[in-house]
Amino acid sequence: MSEIRDDRQYTESHEWILDNGDGTYTMGITEHAQALLGDMVFVELPSEGDEASAEDEFCVVESVKAASGVYAPADLEVVEVNEALDAEPELVNSSCYDKGWLVKFKSNAIDGLMDATTYSETLD
Amino acid sequence: MKQTPLYQAHLDANGKMVDFGGWEMPLNYGSQLEEHNQVRHDAGMFDVSHMSVVDFKGAEAKQFLRVLISNDVDKLKTKGKALYSCMLNEAGGVVDDLIVYYQDDTDYRMVINAGTTEKDIAWINTQAQGFDVRVEPKFDLAMIAVQGPNAREKVYQAIPGTEGICGKLKPFNAASLGGLFIARTGYTGEDGFEIMLPSSSAEFTWKMLLEAGVKPCGLGARDTLRLEAGMSLYGSEMNEEVSPLEAALTWTLDLSDKSRAFVGRDALEVLKQKGVNKTIVGLVLAGKGVIRDHQKVITNLGEGEVTSGSFSPTMGKAIALASVPKGSEGVCEIEMRNKRVSAKIVKPPFVRNGKILV
Repeated sequence: MSEIRDDRQYTESHEWILDNGDGTYTMGITEHAQALLGDMVFVELPSEGDEASAEDEFCVVESVKAASGVYAPADLEVVEVNEALDAEPELVNSSCYDKGWLVKFKSNAIDGLMDATTYSETLD
Repeated sequence: MKQTPLYQAHLDANGKMVDFGGWEMPLNYGSQLEEHNQVRHDAGMFDVSHMSVVDFKGAEAKQFLRVLISNDVDKLKTKGKALYSCMLNEAGGVVDDLIVYYQDDTDYRMVINAGTTEKDIAWINTQAQGFDVRVEPKFDLAMIAVQGPNAREKVYQAIPGTEGICGKLKPFNAASLGGLFIARTGYTGEDGFEIMLPSSSAEFTWKMLLEAGVKPCGLGARDTLRLEAGMSLYGSEMNEEVSPLEAALTWTLDLSDKSRAFVGRDALEVLKQKGVNKTIVGLVLAGKGVIRDHQKVITNLGEGEVTSGSFSPTMGKAIALASVPKGSEGVCEIEMRNKRVSAKIVKPPFVRNGKILV
């Protein structure tokens, strides 16, 4: 059973979103997603200030096995990207909920995400 | 789904099991990258029991194999010597690629691919009509490939008696020890052994190797290792529609004996006369990303296609084998996820014996 944290929300496409309480959110991919993809070798991130519309593929995580898009959960503006992933994409495997975060963004349209319990039910 | 005698051993080692051509096989045991590096730097082992062993026995075993396959077993003179070859259809396409081991002129052993086994055996039996040869598939054998710079030393530690029998074995030669058949061959670009053994002793031998410090490695690492080594995979670089002349496998064709009428020879001679227009080359990606199978390649001479694309853990870059117009050189472009990226055309192998060659 893969780890799911109660402090954040989830999407059907296996991203997690953490509300930072200051109008910004941090986002990454879930334990389940990283396990499915296997060893990460490249992470392609947007730039600070980039805007994305809901459901846009705005990051790509690429493992030995496959490339997988990461989708914007709402209309958003990127405020910070995890530059450590450039040199250490494997952080997405080893620490998907902490050091392996992908982007921080601003949005006032976050809605309709799953809580941890609901997300865990989708994995059964 | 079919399981090898090592199925339980894979589960015990947390193998991530996947459907591999009808066989339930380990893709990895946690990290494909670590397993890859383990083989490049130390020693790893692969369960390749899904591959098939076929013995050829009888007064005309040699004559038959000289017709069946496109390399010439006549060059095998010493017991245990191995030969890589393709087996062709009448049109010169590749039915399978294989290794054949010489025992004597009336006794040969062949290792063929898992996914092609049924087709191969039917094909071989059809071709064998009229020859005094018995075709004997050995489905009761398991096979463990132990690979890496320390692989041979660890096999000697793990399996008593092997050093005496195999200590002086040269690359591409095999020796027998009781029920074991041990070949200094592999599919990783590293030194090591491929060990054929009775299914009943597979799990015990696997555990002995584990105790000697050999780490289990899955099919994921096997694929990136063989790709770095520039080795062809049946179904990717070659198939029944592709001749060895078009797959950079001309070196496996032996046309020296003009009187040897092997299957597919006539078609090959015609193709050779006409000239073939494609070949397999290596690609190294300049920037970020991973090259994937079937992506379109645009070279200075036209379009081609990626036959095997992945990430090279040793080089830290994406690499590929690709089928491209013959004579392509320099820099090419690959269509990758809606964009074009540039890659360098190189001659494989990319990596051998731990060293980067391109």
